[in-house]
Amino acid sequence: MVDAVLFELLHTEMVAELWAPDSDLDPGPGGQRTSLQVLEGVGFRVGQALGERLPREMLAFREELDVLKFLCKDLWGAVFQKQMDSLRTNHQGTYILQDSSFPLLVHVGSGLQYLEEAPKFLAFTCGLLRGTLSTLGIKSLVSASVAALPACKFQVVIERS
Amino acid sequence: MSRQANRGTESKKMSSELFTLTYGALVTQLCKDYENDEDVNKQLDKILCSHFLPRGYNIGVRLIEDFLARSNVGKCHDFRETADVIAKVAFKMYLGITPSITNWSPAGDEFSLILENNPLVDFVELPDNHSSLIYSNLLCGVLRGALEMVQMAVEAKFVQDTLKGDGVTEIRMRFIRRIEDNLPVGEE
Repeated sequence: MVDAVLFELLHTEMVAELWAPDSDLDPGPGGQRTSLQVLEGVGFRVGQALGERLPREMLAFREELDVLKFLCKDLWGAVFQKQMDSLRTNHQGTYILQDSSFPLLVHVGSGLQYLEEAPKFLAFTCGLLRGTLSTLGIKSLVSASVAALPACKFQVVIERS
Repeated sequence: MSRQANRGTESKKMSSELFTLTYGALVTQLCKDYENDEDVNKQLDKILCSHFLPRGYNIGVRLIEDFLARSNVGKCHDFRETADVIAKVAFKMYLGITPSITNWSPAGDEFSLILENNPLVDFVELPDNHSSLIYSNLLCGVLRGALEMVQMAVEAKFVQDTLKGDGVTEIRMRFIRRIEDNLPVGEE
C-alpha cells in the first residue's frame, strides 16, 4: 500500500517537470495553455485507469447525481483522504464541487498570494475527474477556479449528445 | 453492509494505485514529448534519467520531514542502523513492503536491499524500451535526497531489476561520507 504523501510530492514534481520542460523560464501565454493541457491530459489518463479498476458492482449508479456524489466522497476520499465540502447542481448537467482546503494547493500558499500559480496545481485534478467520468460513460468538461487559496471550486459540465 | 465494506477496500486500493498510475502516466507523457525529435529519441534513456534523478531527489528532501515527523525514529549511530530504518520503517511506511538487507561489505559501508518486485510498477504498462532505467532513477533519487537531509551522502543504484527480467530487484546502497553542518557560529 503506497502512502498518500508520495502522490502529493510526485504531483509537485510533475507540475514542475511538465510546466516548463528544458527551460528555466516560464512559458509565454501560448506555452502556458499547452502546459496546462498536458497536465490535464495526464490526469485524464490516470482518472480513466482508476475508473477501469473499480469493480462493476460499484458502478451501478442509478442517476447522474449518484456519480457526482461518488466523485465527491469515494474518489476524493481515495485520492485526498477527505471528502469534497459541497456539491451543488442546477439539475441541468452543471455541477459545482467545492473544496475549502484543497490538499494540492495547501503547500502553495494561502489567500491571494500565488493566485496566478493555482491553475497549474489544479490541471491534473481536473483531468482526473474528467477521466474517471469518462470511464463511467460520462463525457464532460471540467474546469477549476480559485478565489483564495487553498479553497477551490471544480465545475463539471456534462456533455449531453 | 457489504457495499459499505467494499467501498472501504476499494478506496484503499485506488489510493495505492494512484501513485504508480501517476508515475506511469508521467513517464509516458515525457516519452511522447520527445518522440518526434529523432536526435532526442536516441538519447531518450539518458534524458529521461537526467529528469528523474533530480525529481526523485526533491521528493526525498521533503519526504524525510514527513518521515521524521511520523516515525519517532532517533538518530542513527551507524550505517547498519540506517539500513534497518530504511528497510523496516521507511519502506514499510511508504510502500507497504519490507525489503531484506543483505551483502554487507566488509567495511560496513555498502549493503543491498532486496525486493521481490520493483515497488513502483505493480500494474503500469511501461512505454517500450524506456521502462526500468527511468523508474529506478526516481527511487534512487528519493533515497539520496532523504539521506542527505540527515547528513549522509550516499549512492543508491539498481543492480538487479525484475523489470529487466532479473529474479529480484536489488538496490545497492553505498555510504560516501558524513555531511558536516556548515552553519555559522551563533545561528540555529
